Amino acid sequence: MKLFDNKIEFGGYLGACVVLLLILPAMNAFFPDGSALHFSSFQLSLWGKYVTYAVMAMSLNLLWGYTGLLCLCQSLFFALGAYAFGMYLMLHIGVDDVYNTALPDFMDFQGYTALPWYWAPFENGAFAIAATMLVPGVLAFVFGFLAFRSRIKGVYFSILTQALTYAASLFFFKNNLDLFGNNFILFGGNNGLTDFKEIFGYDVNAASTQRWIFVMSAILMLVVYLIIAWLLKTKFGKVQQAIRDSENRVRFSGYSTTTYKMLIFVGTSMVAGIAGAFYVPQVGGINANEMTPAKSLDVVVWVALGGRGTKFGPIIGAIVVNIIKSYTTRAYPDSWLIILGAIFMLVVLFMPNGLVGLPKQLAPVLARIRGNNSTSATPAS
Amino acid sequence: MKEVKKLTLGLASAAALFSSSLLAQDTVKVGVLHSLSGTMAISETSLRDILLFTFDEINASGGVLGKMIEPVVVDGASDWPTFAEKAEQLLAQDKVAATFGCWTSVSRKFVLPVYEKYNGLLFYPVQYEGEEMSPNIFYTAEAVNQQAIPAVDFLLEEGYTKFYLIGTDYVYPQTTNLVLFEYLKSKGIPEENIGGGLRKENGEVISAGKYTPFSHTDYQQIVADIKSFAAGGDAAVLNTINGDSNVSFFKEIAASGLTADDCPIVSYSLSEDEFRSLPTADLVGHLGCWTYFMSLDTPANEKFVENFQEWLKTKAPSSVQKEGRVTCSPMVLSYDGVYLWKAAVEAAGTFDVDAVNAELEKGISFDGPGGTVTTQENRHLTKNVYIGEILEDGQFEILESFEDVYGEPFLKGTF
Repeated sequence: MKLFDNKIEFGGYLGACVVLLLILPAMNAFFPDGSALHFSSFQLSLWGKYVTYAVMAMSLNLLWGYTGLLCLCQSLFFALGAYAFGMYLMLHIGVDDVYNTALPDFMDFQGYTALPWYWAPFENGAFAIAATMLVPGVLAFVFGFLAFRSRIKGVYFSILTQALTYAASLFFFKNNLDLFGNNFILFGGNNGLTDFKEIFGYDVNAASTQRWIFVMSAILMLVVYLIIAWLLKTKFGKVQQAIRDSENRVRFSGYSTTTYKMLIFVGTSMVAGIAGAFYVPQVGGINANEMTPAKSLDVVVWVALGGRGTKFGPIIGAIVVNIIKSYTTRAYPDSWLIILGAIFMLVVLFMPNGLVGLPKQLAPVLARIRGNNSTSATPAS
Repeated sequence: MKEVKKLTLGLASAAALFSSSLLAQDTVKVGVLHSLSGTMAISETSLRDILLFTFDEINASGGVLGKMIEPVVVDGASDWPTFAEKAEQLLAQDKVAATFGCWTSVSRKFVLPVYEKYNGLLFYPVQYEGEEMSPNIFYTAEAVNQQAIPAVDFLLEEGYTKFYLIGTDYVYPQTTNLVLFEYLKSKGIPEENIGGGLRKENGEVISAGKYTPFSHTDYQQIVADIKSFAAGGDAAVLNTINGDSNVSFFKEIAASGLTADDCPIVSYSLSEDEFRSLPTADLVGHLGCWTYFMSLDTPANEKFVENFQEWLKTKAPSSVQKEGRVTCSPMVLSYDGVYLWKAAVEAAGTFDVDAVNAELEKGISFDGPGGTVTTQENRHLTKNVYIGEILEDGQFEILESFEDVYGEPFLKGTF
């Protein structure tokens, strides 16, 4: 079975592989700082961040673009994965000169002397990695079970997922939870988890470590792309797209649409979670701000801008928007929001298929120009 | 028409900037890392403005080591990963000699590893919880013993014996209140006279006071609780609520009939600049405690305020708001930070961070608008502390001052 639709897609994919896996890491590793060909560690980790955002956008696109479920809790799944891995990193900071304790700083601030039981397993790297997928997966399973079985769809599904995100962010903003007279310390409250030192025994800030994390993030994105491309060609993928187009007809044809939606919802939540795990060591921290409803809407904008329901769209959207954001917050710190907002409006108004739909949209225009040229050229000859 | 005028003004100032940067043969890049958009913009934009003013003032008098300061302004956008990204951009791409920035503790926590990784230097100007001492951050900020504790001393002197602790649920209020709890107990205040609730773990108090989330608006129950707490008299409230929640809190206090005479409220996060956007009517008579007040009656402060207003009228870029501007403690500590950095650079004879750090830790004094400030070996500042009463016009009437208070970031368990 062919995974790619045409030669252009295959070429684009191959090009992305070469650039992300070979050229950028090589420019970072083999050219000295100051050389024109040097790609700085700062830019590499920045691109690493864009790539993890792209994976989150791809997971949303599979839900929204291909199954018709506008989910507003993708950033929650992403942040849960980030927290799970952040907890592992937090427990491997070690004792430093200021705190004299191996406990996370916020526990020390509040007078805790021992690690609570729900933190302890995250000291184990394998457990933490499993948790980056299982925690979002379990949450998606429970929420999806309740929502899809009750046949909640459309805008009601969106609102519920947004409410879930908001509730979760309020929970993660809290420092302590008072439950039936028992006090539980949570996950660092507003300050979140920061100041990581080690990742599986390597210095997390070292250029070589960051380079490896970048390469692995890129591999994650490329693999997820292949999985999505494959999925869309299977019978499962066809049913999924049929649900988007007419759910009732699919159900009356004898398919359990609830099962399909559940599987997609849980699967994409796990993809977002693992993307979050790659995000944390490259950004250097995670706090509850990353799971607020506004962040979920950001992802929707990336997907819409790049091209919903296309395989490349979410990647292009996530990367382009974040490049523009990184550039304008430095170049136009006073007016970057207006610039970004204007771009969003232009795309929504004039490019219904997003950036990747632009060549197709322009094709007739170009053909007409070319046609005019040839007609005007004829009499002269 | 007005727009056109603005545009031409903007173009003219851009042209002026361009030509001045051409004229100046040598510049040194300095980062300004504050939120110019998002929820923190309302507070942090003022710090950006005062920094631009300070750079202009220093450039007009010859710059630093003969070099003109070239500010690189970036927007942290009230978003912490963005703060970390912008910090790295300033250090890796612009290679700034120093950065002035951050307001919230969380933004500082996110950029701290970046400054340590690149061996940069950040000046942090806003009151904070302490318990931190990075070799790459200089804290011009008020430590807990330069704000919260002097205010309590003042209240104890005035004969208050009961204290209610309330704050927004994040690390600054939590840590401050824990320190205050220990301090109050060391002053002989019994536990039952400290209101707001205590949380214990294995018999030890791990959290003291009442907490509400960010942007909380429903204070009815809490105020009822405060009212019954204050019923016996001699009670005061120590308020670490952040931002717009204060509006609802003080409205509820006023509605309950509690006055500043019955039960004064000392607010640690409300300065003159916040009163530009908060209705002050309900706050009149309550107290504030900072290391600077705009109403300070000293020649240095008068000149500072005058110069700032003059700069706003004549030199400020078009993006700076010109009307109704005030000065406040975080602004002055930003201003002091730039001059201390300048003095340290000149003493070291180089912009090298290690050399500048060594000079800062040796002790450098600057006669700022709030009085003389001196750098300490522990990377904090010795400075004066003032207690003020809030007036109707959003200014403070100074009631008491403490001279040369040593900044001590590690206070927990010391009383």
